[in-house]
Amino acid sequence: MTRKQQRFTFIIVGLALLGLATGLILTAMEDGISFFKTPTEILTEKTDSQKRSRIGGLVMDNSVKHQGSLLKFDITDNQSELKVEYEGVVPDLFKEGQGVVLEGYLSQDKIFLADSLLAKHDENYMPKEVADSLKAQGHWQEGDTKAEVQKVSE
Amino acid sequence: MLAEFGQFALILSFAIALFQMVIGLLPLMQHADKHNMLGAITNRAAVLQAILLALSFVILLLLFASSDFSLKIIVEHSHSQKPLFYKLAATWGNHEGSILLFSLIISLLGACLSLFGGKLDIKFLSTTLAIQAMLAVAILGFIIFTSNPFERLNIVPIEGNNLNPLLQDWALAVHPPLLYLGYVGLSIPFSFAIAALLTEKADEEWAKWVRPWTLFAWACLTGGIALGSYWAYYELGWGGFWFWDPVENASLMPWLATTALLHSAIVMEKRGALGSWTILLAIVAFGLSLLGTFLVRSGILTSVHAFAVDPERGTVILAILFYFMAGGLSLYAFKSGHIKQRGVFAPISREGALLLNNLILSVMLVTVFVGTLYPLFIDAIGASKLSVGAPFFNQTFIPLAVPLLILLPIGNMLPWKKADFLVAMKKLIWVFLLAFATMLMFLYLTGHRDILAWAAVLLGVWLVFGAVWEILYSARFGQIEWHLALRRLFNLRRAKFAVMLAHMGVGVLVLGLAAMSAWRVQNIQEMTVGDKMSIAGFELEFDNVQNQTASNYNEIVGNFTLSKDGVNLGNLATAKRRYLKRSSPTTEVGLYNHYFGQIYIAFGVLGENNKVQLRAYYNPLVLFIWLGPLLMMLGGFLSLTDRRGRKVNRAALKQQAQHV
Repeated sequence: MTRKQQRFTFIIVGLALLGLATGLILTAMEDGISFFKTPTEILTEKTDSQKRSRIGGLVMDNSVKHQGSLLKFDITDNQSELKVEYEGVVPDLFKEGQGVVLEGYLSQDKIFLADSLLAKHDENYMPKEVADSLKAQGHWQEGDTKAEVQKVSE
Repeated sequence: MLAEFGQFALILSFAIALFQMVIGLLPLMQHADKHNMLGAITNRAAVLQAILLALSFVILLLLFASSDFSLKIIVEHSHSQKPLFYKLAATWGNHEGSILLFSLIISLLGACLSLFGGKLDIKFLSTTLAIQAMLAVAILGFIIFTSNPFERLNIVPIEGNNLNPLLQDWALAVHPPLLYLGYVGLSIPFSFAIAALLTEKADEEWAKWVRPWTLFAWACLTGGIALGSYWAYYELGWGGFWFWDPVENASLMPWLATTALLHSAIVMEKRGALGSWTILLAIVAFGLSLLGTFLVRSGILTSVHAFAVDPERGTVILAILFYFMAGGLSLYAFKSGHIKQRGVFAPISREGALLLNNLILSVMLVTVFVGTLYPLFIDAIGASKLSVGAPFFNQTFIPLAVPLLILLPIGNMLPWKKADFLVAMKKLIWVFLLAFATMLMFLYLTGHRDILAWAAVLLGVWLVFGAVWEILYSARFGQIEWHLALRRLFNLRRAKFAVMLAHMGVGVLVLGLAAMSAWRVQNIQEMTVGDKMSIAGFELEFDNVQNQTASNYNEIVGNFTLSKDGVNLGNLATAKRRYLKRSSPTTEVGLYNHYFGQIYIAFGVLGENNKVQLRAYYNPLVLFIWLGPLLMMLGGFLSLTDRRGRKVNRAALKQQAQHV
């Protein structure tokens, strides 16, 4: 086998693998990806309940209820409120007033059925999408996260 | 005063790195008779620079240990009531300290290279050290100009803010330094690659030099990733061990590239082929580790592991990444034509198998890369915001990993240059039958009827047995008398055993993953004291609730008794902890080891009327998930201790060169 044939063989194998990977990526994109929406966006747009979404917002005060292992609460982007039902591990940092990111589907009766609930390790941390959407509405000021540090150093 | 001294050492170290960079590059332009002198200066500069930086870091450690609250980062990240170990760990639990550690490792590795690299060609060595110094200059400049760890506060508070309680854990105290050793360990193969391009020395000898450094970085990276995963498993209280989170992916990408590099460097060393590809991998692997640092530090991606995040400083890391990658890759584009290619081989051969390993690993890397950065790209062009979740990675990564793992034991059986696939398969037929029998036994014992789980168990056992068989085959068991073979086995190079351990580790990991996805049991229940819960044949009885106070936290502890078939197995406790100075609680999980599986309990929500929610899992073979990587890491380190293969046999090389 000459060097030219050798190189040719490997280029073919490499391209075939890359093609395979592209195929895999494209099929996985079908259901492995969820779009980020605010409560307002998901409530106003035409519902496609088959499509997975990712919702960010603040947990409303006095809205958290536990029913057995089911957790019910409302989130808001300060415009619309969205009812959420979630079953699973509740992060320790989950509480009223906290920014959360949820993943799941919107049901026919406009309740968001979440299968993943994300609140951060760090209580100062605001999920980036939530911060951006709050910023867009003027509810967020730069430097909010540093409040705690300033308190101590003052 | 001490802090100023630390900062002084830091700045001095920066200046010496600058000097080392300039002097180290001179041999490229100067006549050969100056090389020895310039090389000697570069060598000493590398050592001195590392000593100064180490001094600076030790001073920072001392300041953290003594809780000097005149320093801004100590106020922000430490607390006087914290155990000493975590005060020290807080040094790298923040942006400034961790970047200082990052640059310290760059310098220490450079110093090691200059101390132990005496066998290297002097021009090559000083060029490598110059590149290493260039990296140090970039990172140290970044520290000095934007992230000074020794910054003082005008008004000194009496108490600090505390380290994030989730970080107060031994696994997480050790995880970042280990991971950094891996990330930064890749700077040496990078510098080697750049020096190889600049001095036009990319040959078998180069591959022999670069391999131990790559191995070291790879072993640390493996250990660091596994430790991070174990931490997430028991500290986050979610019971999961891998979330396909961007930060996890950021460490997986350099790991995949380094694994590929490790294997392609073997081909380059033994056969003189794949030189150009190996150099490219060395550049890309370090690029990915810089990318990982950038992703973690900048907080640009939404991640559950976002610590010490600062978007503006992230931009500087991005600039550094761009500089070194653009520089490295354009140099590669201009100079890689000079790399000699020897060692023609047939597609079915050891070289072919290792190349296929590299191709598959690279493609796996591409899928992780796309999945991790796609949301960023879409966001940047303003199209929409989206996230790529675990299903994406499972659907792309696993279908690529499976063929790679199936072929692994076969590839190991192929001889160099030209091989026969069927002959290799024949050598493995007993391994396969044994693996199949083990799988049947497994299934008989568990009574599970999921075909995918069968296949996964078969794959895991196939890898473990294949790894063992490879070393037995090298000792010629079954070909010569067994006692002769046994003697041969004892005389085999340690590197052979290292390969066995590492490949066995892969099999063990696969078994753990298979068991966890097929036989895991979960139970969530509301309980009051006296209640019982049964899970996977075990019984948990809720004994009592206690309030406890420690030096830096309060906690509510639930005590449980675990029993199986009426036999008491012991006590388990889970707790909700509230750290002083931090408002949000953390969960401490209770673990009970049952062979290689675990009973895992964690408090959920603490309700009213003494009702608590308890989540319990039976995690079968879960320890295999970390035992596997541990074996891989041990394999890596064992191989490092094998010096027999490392001494370059110059006479043999010369002879080989004449034959070509």
